[in-house]
Amino acid sequence: MISLAHYIVLGAVLFCIAVAGMFINRKNVIVLLMSIELMLLAVNMNFVAFSRFLGDVAGQVFVFFILTVAAAEAAIGLAILVLLFRTRSTINIADIDSMKG
Amino acid sequence: MGLSTSILLTIALAPLVGCVLAGFLGKFLGRAGSHTVTILGVAVSCALSFYVLYQLTVGGAPEYNQNIYTWFQIGPFNASVGFMVDRLTALMLVVVSFVSLLVHVYTIGYMADDDGYTRFFSYISLFTFSMFMLVMSNNFMQLFFGWEAVGLVSYLLIGFWYKRPTAIFANLKAFLVNRVGDFGFLLGIAAVLYFLGTLDYATAFAAAPGLAGKTLQITAHTQWDAATVICICLFVGAMGKSAQVPLHVWLPDSMEGPTPISALIHAATMVTAGIFMVARMSPLFEMSSTALSFVLVIGATTALFTGLIGIVQNDIKRVIAYSTLSQLGYMTVALGVSMYSGAVFHLMTHAFFKALLFLGAGSVIIAMHHEQDMRYMGGLRKYMPITWITMWIGSLALVAVPFTSGFYSKDAIIEAVGLSHRWGAHYAYFCVMAGALVTGLYTFRQMYLTFHGKERFTVVAAHGDEHEPAPSDLVYDVHVSADSHEDEHHSGGQPGVLHHPPKESPWVVTLPLVLLAIPSLLVGFFTVGPTLFGNWFRGAIHVDEANNVLAELGHEFHGAAAMALHGFTQLPFLLVLVAFVTTTYIYLFNPALADRIKSALKPLWTVLDRKYWVDDVYFAVFARGGVLLGRGFWKASETALIDGAMVNGSVSLVHRIAATMRRLQSGYLYHYAFAMILGLILLLGGYWLVGSGLTGQ
Amino acid sequence: MNPQLLQLICFYAFGFVTVAAALSVITLKNSVHAVLALVLTFFSAACLWLLLEAEFLALALIVVYVGAVMVLFLFVVMMLDIDQEKLREGFVKFLPVGLIVAAVMLVEMLGLIGVRAMQTKIMGADPALAAGMTNNTEWLGHALYTKFLLPFEIAALILTVGIVAAVALTLRERRDARHESASQQVKVNPRDRVRIVKMAPVRPDESTASQEPQP
Repeated sequence: MISLAHYIVLGAVLFCIAVAGMFINRKNVIVLLMSIELMLLAVNMNFVAFSRFLGDVAGQVFVFFILTVAAAEAAIGLAILVLLFRTRSTINIADIDSMKG
Repeated sequence: MGLSTSILLTIALAPLVGCVLAGFLGKFLGRAGSHTVTILGVAVSCALSFYVLYQLTVGGAPEYNQNIYTWFQIGPFNASVGFMVDRLTALMLVVVSFVSLLVHVYTIGYMADDDGYTRFFSYISLFTFSMFMLVMSNNFMQLFFGWEAVGLVSYLLIGFWYKRPTAIFANLKAFLVNRVGDFGFLLGIAAVLYFLGTLDYATAFAAAPGLAGKTLQITAHTQWDAATVICICLFVGAMGKSAQVPLHVWLPDSMEGPTPISALIHAATMVTAGIFMVARMSPLFEMSSTALSFVLVIGATTALFTGLIGIVQNDIKRVIAYSTLSQLGYMTVALGVSMYSGAVFHLMTHAFFKALLFLGAGSVIIAMHHEQDMRYMGGLRKYMPITWITMWIGSLALVAVPFTSGFYSKDAIIEAVGLSHRWGAHYAYFCVMAGALVTGLYTFRQMYLTFHGKERFTVVAAHGDEHEPAPSDLVYDVHVSADSHEDEHHSGGQPGVLHHPPKESPWVVTLPLVLLAIPSLLVGFFTVGPTLFGNWFRGAIHVDEANNVLAELGHEFHGAAAMALHGFTQLPFLLVLVAFVTTTYIYLFNPALADRIKSALKPLWTVLDRKYWVDDVYFAVFARGGVLLGRGFWKASETALIDGAMVNGSVSLVHRIAATMRRLQSGYLYHYAFAMILGLILLLGGYWLVGSGLTGQ
Repeated sequence: MNPQLLQLICFYAFGFVTVAAALSVITLKNSVHAVLALVLTFFSAACLWLLLEAEFLALALIVVYVGAVMVLFLFVVMMLDIDQEKLREGFVKFLPVGLIVAAVMLVEMLGLIGVRAMQTKIMGADPALAAGMTNNTEWLGHALYTKFLLPFEIAALILTVGIVAAVALTLRERRDARHESASQQVKVNPRDRVRIVKMAPVRPDESTASQEPQP
């Protein structure tokens, strides 16, 4: 018997893995971006599960929009990454500190 | 025909017109134009003042009391400009305008070669206007306006030669000391408004009997009698303006101003404003015998002790200045024994003979080319006979030789004090009696030093008529006290050396002397009867029957001549005689004796020369204390609190916070991510701890 | 076999794969491998969504993410010459911190969710059918084109902006490349190319060097 809890716990686990990934891959922008994708997946997982268990279409509509925005974000994020690499020849976050106060 | 508003307005405003014309159009009008318009203005006022006095005395005109203009209105309180003209006012108007007119004329001669000629005329006209506003006022508000206005003009005129540091020092001192008095005066006016609910004279005086029994709690557990508080506060104002101990210190220094000013403001009129004010407030002062005792003691102290200082002064003007202080003390004593009309009577006679003495001194100073030190004078009588004679007349009036006007006013005061039963009257009687001797000493000494004896100046002239300088003959002390000023006008910079022999002053100077000598000699004889004993002032002055020493004195009064003849046998005249004999012997026949007496009484002499160290104490306590206090505040609040803590402190606080915050702003993405995650953890934890029930658990 | 049990088995199987793949994403050294692990994560997540009868989103996830976004990731990773070793500095150092933070957060989330309460929520009938629709896609499409039309259009706009931005950011003009300007070629004016000069006839014997055409 699959309950709502199964999916919620799975979402939480995915989210925490993503958080851990941000910590341990702190210098690699690509993995950071992928961690963000993982977080979004965890959120989407919750949305879909709630939509299904509560019988509300809004949850799935929201996932649809999140996918849209995430696709755009990934595209622009990667474009910035490419530009960054082209100008500074690195994607090491430790070297990118122009905003230091 | 009664008194019309337009006449009174003309009296007050004519000098103001002169002042404005001379002050703002002085360059355009020139010297002659300036003195013409101002003298014309004052002459108009003077003529109308005599007319007003005539109308009130002989013409039977009713007293005038009317508001003319409403200045502002706050709730029930109405500040208006109005005139109250009764016989007291009329007398003051005549005295002020007459002396002012003569001083205006005199100034033409005295200030002839001064750059500030038109400015000076503008100032003295402004003074005349202010004084008129003061004496004609029908309410406390306008009185205060006039009070401050004359104070302002006094300040301006003491510092007339504004390039002299001593003059600036003196006018600042006068201003500051007067602030002390004015503070008390303002408190008194506020107390009047508080207790009587009005500042209008007539209403306030009518309500004055209601003050009895009212008290004011100023300090805990102490109830102060309302009338006493009001009167003492008002009298503190009078102490400042009329230079009573301990606020007397500014008057001697005010001699830095030009001599006409010393005559007009610092002898005849402004300094007597305090006396006039107390006389005007007689219905209030009669309510409190405590306050009158206070007045009496202060006045008696002033009368004796400032006169003593006059004995050791060498500056001719300063001698007269201390004499003025002493005479003001006499007037205050008269107020203290409820003899208000006597005080005003002495005010009037004193105005004439003291203005005469000052103007005479000014004449001497002109002749000596602005040398004021009597040690370099002597023998001037043959050079300037008119000045000599008129000054002797003034001096005789001052020492109260019978038949002179000074005798009638001063002797009446001494007699009245002797009859008074007020607390402190015995002390006052001693003071005024001893004061008569002291007056004689300094007056005759001054006359002898100035006009008689050897010539102690040298004339270094082109024609070689040179006298041998006699420094070895100078038996008088050459000590230069801390505040005796070195007059930069005197010739050649060396004291006692003149380029021309002294000569009699021009007619514009001597005419006022003669015109003042006449009333100094005669006015007392003709007016003593009505003013003192004839209830001439009527409703203007109110005296309780219980305090009425004048009425008691009046029983023995059998005419002016009889009073004068009786005066020859009285103690005051004998004391004056003693003083005359002593000074004549010392200064005419045995000059060396003065020096010996001085050495013998060295400690006493020091005390007098240092003026009882009052100035020194004020300097040490108030001036230095003020500076120290100011410096303390500057260091503590300005530098430390405002600059240090508030201005720089907030800046450095922002700087420090920013420096800390800046370290958070590392620029590394993962730091920001970490902060976000940390925030998320805390948020979740918070929800978990606080609202675990939210999820339905 | 009980279909519900089968569902449960499938859930655990795909869930395990999802978590394992997600763990590989953050731990694999090679970025290309990490991207491939992410693809696997999405794939198994899509399978989980299928179990929830959210067919459209499951397929969209595969088509959009796996088909487009992940391929983009792969391109980028392969295109850039990245020093992988340097980027992994501090991996071991921050591993405990990351694990602790993740564990704390997990505990907090689970505590907040109230797992026990959620377990009572059993999957019921397909809501699409309950709403009178034939399938999930129709259900979703109906909602998108009626109630959520404006957000839908805005989403389209965002995607367009994303395309333009990505192109604008990465486009660079090569200075060294030769290229023709079509617009310039079209706009050519004959007078700019040829100038007709009028001049006096010149005889050969009179010819000097000073003859210059008048402008």
